Amino acid sequence: MSASTAPAPTEQVSAPPPTELSADGQRRTLLGSTLQSVLAVVTALLLGGLLVAVTDEKVRHTAGYFFARPGDTFAAMWRAASSAYVAMFHGAVYNPSGAGLSGKLYPLTETLTVATPLILAGLGVALAFRAGLFNIGAQGQILVGATLAAWVGFSWHLPAGVHLLAVLAAGALGGAVWGGIVGLLKARTGAHEVILTIMLNYVALNLVAWLLTLPGFQREGSSNPISPAVDENAMFPKLLGEHFRLHWGFVVAVLATVAVAWLLNRSTVGFELRAVGANPRAARTAGISVTRGFVVVMLLAGMLAGLAGTAQISGTEHSLTSGVAASFGFDAITVALLGRSTPWGTFFAGILYGAFRAGGVTMQSMTGTNIDIVLVVQSLIVLFVALPPLLTLATRRRRIQEVAA
Amino acid sequence: MQLTLNEVTKKFGDFTANDRVSLTVEPHQIHCLLGENGAGKSTLMNVLYGLYEPTSGAVEIDGEPVRFSGPGDAMAAGIGMVHQHFMLVPVFTVAENVALGHESTRGASLDLESTRARIREISERYGFAVDPDAVVEDLPVGVQQRVEIIKALVRDAEVLILDEPTAVLTPRETDELLEIMRQLRESGTSIVFISHKLREVRAVSDVITVIRRGRVVAQVGPETSTDELAALMVGRDVSLTVAKKPARGGGAALEVRGLTVVGDNGVVLLDGVDLDVAPGEILAVAGVQGNGQTELTQALVGLEERVSGSARLEGRELVGLGTREVLGFGVGFVPEDRSTDGLVGTFSVAENLVLDRYLDREFSRGPSLRLGAITDHAGAQVVEYDIRTGSVDSAVATLSGGNQQKVVIARELGRPLSLFVASQPTRGVDVGSIEFIHRRIVAERDTGTAVLIVSTELDEVYALADRIAVLFHGRLMGIVGPDTPREALGRMMAGEPAVAVVPPVPWDYSQQPSPSEQDNGAVVRSADAARPRSAATDRPEGNPTA
Repeated sequence: MSASTAPAPTEQVSAPPPTELSADGQRRTLLGSTLQSVLAVVTALLLGGLLVAVTDEKVRHTAGYFFARPGDTFAAMWRAASSAYVAMFHGAVYNPSGAGLSGKLYPLTETLTVATPLILAGLGVALAFRAGLFNIGAQGQILVGATLAAWVGFSWHLPAGVHLLAVLAAGALGGAVWGGIVGLLKARTGAHEVILTIMLNYVALNLVAWLLTLPGFQREGSSNPISPAVDENAMFPKLLGEHFRLHWGFVVAVLATVAVAWLLNRSTVGFELRAVGANPRAARTAGISVTRGFVVVMLLAGMLAGLAGTAQISGTEHSLTSGVAASFGFDAITVALLGRSTPWGTFFAGILYGAFRAGGVTMQSMTGTNIDIVLVVQSLIVLFVALPPLLTLATRRRRIQEVAA
Repeated sequence: MQLTLNEVTKKFGDFTANDRVSLTVEPHQIHCLLGENGAGKSTLMNVLYGLYEPTSGAVEIDGEPVRFSGPGDAMAAGIGMVHQHFMLVPVFTVAENVALGHESTRGASLDLESTRARIREISERYGFAVDPDAVVEDLPVGVQQRVEIIKALVRDAEVLILDEPTAVLTPRETDELLEIMRQLRESGTSIVFISHKLREVRAVSDVITVIRRGRVVAQVGPETSTDELAALMVGRDVSLTVAKKPARGGGAALEVRGLTVVGDNGVVLLDGVDLDVAPGEILAVAGVQGNGQTELTQALVGLEERVSGSARLEGRELVGLGTREVLGFGVGFVPEDRSTDGLVGTFSVAENLVLDRYLDREFSRGPSLRLGAITDHAGAQVVEYDIRTGSVDSAVATLSGGNQQKVVIARELGRPLSLFVASQPTRGVDVGSIEFIHRRIVAERDTGTAVLIVSTELDEVYALADRIAVLFHGRLMGIVGPDTPREALGRMMAGEPAVAVVPPVPWDYSQQPSPSEQDNGAVVRSADAARPRSAATDRPEGNPTA
């Protein structure tokens, strides 16, 4: 062995330690992911603001003499973006020019009303995510749930209370059947759930359109594809009185969130579903039936989406149209994604999306900013939510390569 | 070429993977780096191979400090590396693989002729018997490894780093590799041999450098005893031989008859296996990986789809039952690969400890989990099985391999069993944990549980077995006594039936009274139980001499 020369300290980019053995590793990733979600929203809002500013008429005008007075351009940009967001805030949370406290808080109740189906369907998507299934079919499940709920709502005539429960059960059943088909087909044939759910969305949409041409479903005397209105007894009572659209469906959404949280974290079924989602091979080796898990989770996911359909029928729309699901089923995917597939994360993400929807209308009417900007912001959020896992995946892979061998 | 590591330190943040490691590889030398998993061997070799830059210290060639900015530099300097996992393109020929990255071209077309010639030349010189035009995926593992060695030699490697080269080889292939290593040494190539298998290390090394926790703890010669080497590696005395009394034997807890598993593509993976395991006995199944051992264990616990034949546990048929029912009969199962089959990485230690027991009355009431009971249970198990974890709520993936395996072992041994099935119970586990796990398995046997162990490590087979079964291409080559010589087992693992390999009365081995055996009768009894069966399984060969 040669005599040691002075160890030459070299410049070194330090890599992270090969394995993380700290106990709070898990907690940190949880915090990290919440932080990532918040950052994604903030970044998307900033970029959205930039987009508002760039497309604004006044900004374009001032940009014409940008090199003479750049300050004008920036001031106009700030004004355009901030007024758009202020308008959105006024439309979604608090309207200072409203009459009385109830008038001022009316936008907030609107947000919660819109959030209700988003939360319910989002929970369905999140639950399926946790079991490792990518449920794109919330849209179809909402539609079928809404159809069954509407049918029970307008063709049955039951006493108060009982009728609403029957409608809720019908909506849940409709969604559960539509989701369960997916679970069953996947378990039996191994077909991919993404394909199945996408196709079933089309089936559901056309099914509703066809049903609405039938004499039993189409409103008498109407040539439009719309069903009769449901009975008074089949409607959700208003939560805050007749002035507000907010209905008891929101309470159902809160209860559903609590139930899903219990199911996932404290129940044996949830334990199975999470195991199936996180490592199906280990779950199978431990005696858990993976295929049964697929069926169970799709039944539950469909049920939640079906409840979202019920909230539409009994809460706001009161009759079935083929547009009853709007785009809630697809927004539910992003809501679940933004909420990191946790029940309460989904709940708050649903409220945020509800706010975007409620506020977007006000923004358009007050500032003339196109409501599509809201869509852009929503899409950017999805992009940024999806981005960090990609980044960590890339860095982790590099780290594994370094540490391996 | 003389290769020197001079006070090499490699830090990752606060973590010191290598701490002032110095060693010199002389020409004509096989230099072994011995250490447990995670001791820092691989980091050190990655420094040597240019994948990492040392935090301080230097790599020197013939006394001159060199700096590698990547494997290309190291290769150019004459350092070649054979990775544990081969870096070969399966659908390419040997010549194409060897040429890969260094292709010579004639115009736009590839010129493989010179590569072929080089391969033939090297192959002849060292007796590799490698055909340059064979497609790599058709070659046995041992030959694929030689292709890797050829790749390094073609690039004029003077120092060859072999990273755990014997992990994938049969005993015979291992012997062949050791012979190749000796030949390479004679012709002037020096070899850095990374391993944790003490027998091989002693057989072939000139110098053994023992690394523990990133530091060189000793540099010794090959005459050092295995116990001494193990103690150096772990930092305390370890007994590699598990002290155990003879098996109690008597009757059969598990009776397997004609067990056959057919794969998805119709290939017979397990072919009519008959064997018995007595209560309080360890039957170890030896064999090179991929000869039906995995299918045997999976068929027993209901994880295989197409199974025929019978496996009775205390009279109850297991074939046809679901995994949950089998486990419910008191079967503990340790799957071969803990990370894919044994654990849910993102689940906490506590959750993993009840992964197949959460429905027990102890851990759930109706549809709801008793989280408190689960946490308490985990706390107790962590202490009992010496699982090193910050908290029972940590994700199990953050634990080291040995501790992850202890979680699986703790879960499967943590309830009353009538049969314990373990596949590779100590794969990728450090020596200290191996010792612990082996003691727990023997303790489980001593409570009267029938134990079936599958291992590709012969050392483990010898350490645990009361009887040894050998599988080859899904067929049972026979069941022999625990003292059957390594060489005989090796021949069985290569496809020779027991009757052809073991002397006419194989049971003489187990009947030779040894000082530790007081209850000789038990040994004889268990041996007797095995005899007719080993003959019966050799039916196809048609010479039941027993």
